[in-house]
Amino acid sequence: MKLLYFAWLKQKIGIGEEDITLPEDVATLGALVEWLKRRGPGYGEALADLSVVRFAVNQDFAGLDQALSDDDEVALFPPITGGRRQGGGG
Amino acid sequence: MIRVQREDFDVGAEMAALGAAGEVGALASFVGLVRGRDGDAQIGAMTLEHYPGMTEKKLAEIEAEARRRWALEDCLIIHRYGRLEPGERIVMVITAASHRQAALEACAFLIDWLKTSAPFWKLEERGAGEEWVEARAADDRAADKWAAAKK
Repeated sequence: MKLLYFAWLKQKIGIGEEDITLPEDVATLGALVEWLKRRGPGYGEALADLSVVRFAVNQDFAGLDQALSDDDEVALFPPITGGRRQGGGG
Repeated sequence: MIRVQREDFDVGAEMAALGAAGEVGALASFVGLVRGRDGDAQIGAMTLEHYPGMTEKKLAEIEAEARRRWALEDCLIIHRYGRLEPGERIVMVITAASHRQAALEACAFLIDWLKTSAPFWKLEERGAGEEWVEARAADDRAADKWAAAKK
């Protein structure tokens, strides 16, 4: 499984992407996030407040109840910021 | 058409290209720029990060939705990424239609939706530090009004 991290999640975790083997007992996105929290201190910090984290599975937005398989591409990122303060006449 | 690129673009040339087809009677456009000021705060450059692949996919979905709702002859979205200075162009939307109403409405729809569903994140340079820009509730509301007005 390919994991991608963007913006401050990438900074806190320390890498932009990694390949993992989906653990057998991890069937959903929510379970994957709980598993990632224990993967290292950067992960724990990045995923401490899930209200500011969004998810995509195979490049579509997804919720924590989404089922996963080992050939999925999963991305974790902050809410999208198209307009605040700068740019786009927002 | 969707283009996600680091390079700048030529607004006049792009509009001329979309207007070249004989059926087009109206072109509407929106160009977003990097602001150098937030109230009293001076802001330096910013870096726009995106999710290659998903960005193109989401923009194509938004374009398809606009084409479904309005009778467009053509449509172009260009979005830049990378480090941009105040005053630089970030994004452009052009819509081409037979009549102005479809062009204007579709253009407003496209810019409202791409701000909330295309995966871009902004890192601003402010004074000595850098700051990730947080999501903005007003953008969600601007996009929501189109959901309420779904045809």
